[in-house]
Amino acid sequence: MERNLMKGNEALAEAAIRAGCKCFFGYPITPQTELAAYMAKRMNKAGGVFLQAESEIAAVNMVLGAASTGVRAMTSSSSPGVSLKSEGISYIAGSDLPAVIINVQRGGPGLGGIQPSQADYWQATKALGHGDFHLLVYAPASVQEMVDMVVTAFDRADKYRMPAMILADGLLGQMMEPVSFPEINANAYDKSGWAADGHKNNREHHIINSLYLKPDELQKSVYDRFERYEQIKAEETDAELYLTEDCDILLCAYGATARVVKSAVNSARELGIKAGMFRPKTLWPFPVKEINEAAKNAKCLLDIEMSMGQMIDDVKLAINCSKPVHFFGRTGGVIPTPAEILEEIKKVGGAE
Amino acid sequence: MTTEILLAGFGGQGVLFAGKILAYCGLMDSKELSWLPSYGPEMRGGTANCSVCISDEPIGSPLVLAPDILVAMNQPSFDKFIDAVKPGGKVFVDSTLIESKCERTDIDCYYIPSSQLADENELKGGSNIILLGKLIKESGLFSFETMKKAIEKVVPPAKAQLIANNFKAIEIGMNN
Amino acid sequence: MAVVFERPKSLIDVSTHYCPGCTHGIVHRILCEVIDEMGIEGDTIGVCPVGCSVMAYDYFNCDMIEAPHGRAPAVATGVKRTNPDKFVFTYQGDGDLAAIGTAETVHSATRGENIVVIFINNTIYGMTGGQMAPTTLPGQVTQTTPFGRDPELAGYPVRVCEMLSTLTGTAFAQRVAVDSVAHVREAKKAIRKAFENQKEKRGFSIVEVLSTCPTNWGLSPLEAIKRLQDEMIPYYPLGVYKDVTAEGGNE
Repeated sequence: MERNLMKGNEALAEAAIRAGCKCFFGYPITPQTELAAYMAKRMNKAGGVFLQAESEIAAVNMVLGAASTGVRAMTSSSSPGVSLKSEGISYIAGSDLPAVIINVQRGGPGLGGIQPSQADYWQATKALGHGDFHLLVYAPASVQEMVDMVVTAFDRADKYRMPAMILADGLLGQMMEPVSFPEINANAYDKSGWAADGHKNNREHHIINSLYLKPDELQKSVYDRFERYEQIKAEETDAELYLTEDCDILLCAYGATARVVKSAVNSARELGIKAGMFRPKTLWPFPVKEINEAAKNAKCLLDIEMSMGQMIDDVKLAINCSKPVHFFGRTGGVIPTPAEILEEIKKVGGAE
Repeated sequence: MTTEILLAGFGGQGVLFAGKILAYCGLMDSKELSWLPSYGPEMRGGTANCSVCISDEPIGSPLVLAPDILVAMNQPSFDKFIDAVKPGGKVFVDSTLIESKCERTDIDCYYIPSSQLADENELKGGSNIILLGKLIKESGLFSFETMKKAIEKVVPPAKAQLIANNFKAIEIGMNN
Repeated sequence: MAVVFERPKSLIDVSTHYCPGCTHGIVHRILCEVIDEMGIEGDTIGVCPVGCSVMAYDYFNCDMIEAPHGRAPAVATGVKRTNPDKFVFTYQGDGDLAAIGTAETVHSATRGENIVVIFINNTIYGMTGGQMAPTTLPGQVTQTTPFGRDPELAGYPVRVCEMLSTLTGTAFAQRVAVDSVAHVREAKKAIRKAFENQKEKRGFSIVEVLSTCPTNWGLSPLEAIKRLQDEMIPYYPLGVYKDVTAEGGNE
């Protein structure tokens, strides 16, 4: 397959267009702006809609409107902008609409910084808006994975009628790597049973709605959704296991951080330390089975994040706190170095 | 084997563009590669730098902290990164703009008056490419042919008249 | 016997949740009459955000979308941009359109989004029980202005049609009322005009309907109508504020 050299942000955009995304609504924010710029250049030519909205709030609601009519729709932003989108994301989830949201994370809280960060893990996996709901969360670690996961995100969003997020970061968004684009079937799902695209006087009217004033009806709609979540947990988890078969110390990392961790794991192996790495590719659903497989022989785990430690909660829950889980993190836009991770590996595992 | 390259200078000197050419060289030679720019306000007049990794294996961390090759295009960049270069590494210096000489003996430092050479040959803004010419000659990382192909790929069609100038700049670098 | 008057087909035959004397019913009816007369029910998508009319998806027989508070014009933008051959309308209250959704309103207008906005101005938040709206008149008593709206504290009401008529993207802005038969007929004509504009791709059309809220005003339906006539119309004069089809209608 032909290899192209692309920035992560641009690859996300191109992959979306190829995945049949028919409209993009965005608002400028560093470090994801190249995505919107690419869409502005390409989308109209590709027969779709690009529109710069007046706010993140408007952008996500334009996605809600377009998705309501059954077309593939996407918006993208970076951390502070995603907070603004949370209202719309909750409505999209509550209305059982498929949509893709990109978060190219930067440091927070508040205005924070513009350098890479992973401090939105909790937001993405636990609380992207009010109410009982989840969205699918994919965590790419390379530009190629950004492409592949956008394709998967659109597909699964349609399949399960729910929002899906690509949780990337400034490093992945800004870097260039070779990518190739797979063949994509953008019309795998029939939406004519629910889409509000005009009934043409030949069917009942369709209602896209998240309002249920009767508690038992709302409860039922949430129960139904959570039944789907159980199926998703069983079928949609994905993770990379690297040198885990014999590892004494299992490092856990996702996204760009996992690349740094991999370098450190290789260095540790050269020193004779049996280190391995578990890298979730889906953050929700969290790959519980996979981490237990990876950790089966490990004496301890070492979780590495570009945050003060957010995924570590899921790591501990997934292994039922059966082994010690250590943590090392950098935050605010500081990227951990392979050398300092190697030091941590020596500290927690090398002495044994 | 992985070659980690760091290119650094002022915004506007073409540091990111030079890095892009190296990245495309990697693509032309079917290597694994990554290109990572510094981004933010420094892009507009401050210092800019760019990490490029070229490898036969998938790239781990794309952030170059200890380069095998440093391309320094201004004094602050030279001062900031010269001690980070790996022992045995190579440094390419625009000696028109950088007066310092490297005191380390465990690395090879090449001084090319690339800004001056660019001016003399009417290659405005070609200092970065002259340094790349020197880089491929001394490191053997890529052939002239590969770099020519990369330039043809990177230079946008609207600026195709610049391709010949870039070829000329590489040759000047290789012969100095 | 010839039928001379019946329920519009696009208005579903169910009891509504609106209070006795509320004028939402009149506006629903004339809106549906227009949809029926134009024969566009099957090609129409309505967007109703939070407010008293949030459950209008149970009353309008076209496809319907319930939007977050204030966001109906953004949702409608998403619908219309991806379905340019369909008719798209929003049905919004004053808190929704002129407070929490001001940005969405102004920007969909200035983009010239080819949609119809039906704006119900009754100078109060109805659904939450009668709080101050952006259109609440000076001196008007509400739950959150218990001593009357004091402009010193709470600022002045927003005149939406006047404001939007300054925007190039606005094709049509008219303020109507539903306090009398004559005014109801005029209101229907304005709504028809707005939908015709959409058909002709003229851009953003808004019809502001001065309405009553007897429950939260603490008035009988007839007293409420009288308040609309005596207090609201003088503050919010009826009329066409912008019409690109009129002579010299646009710059």
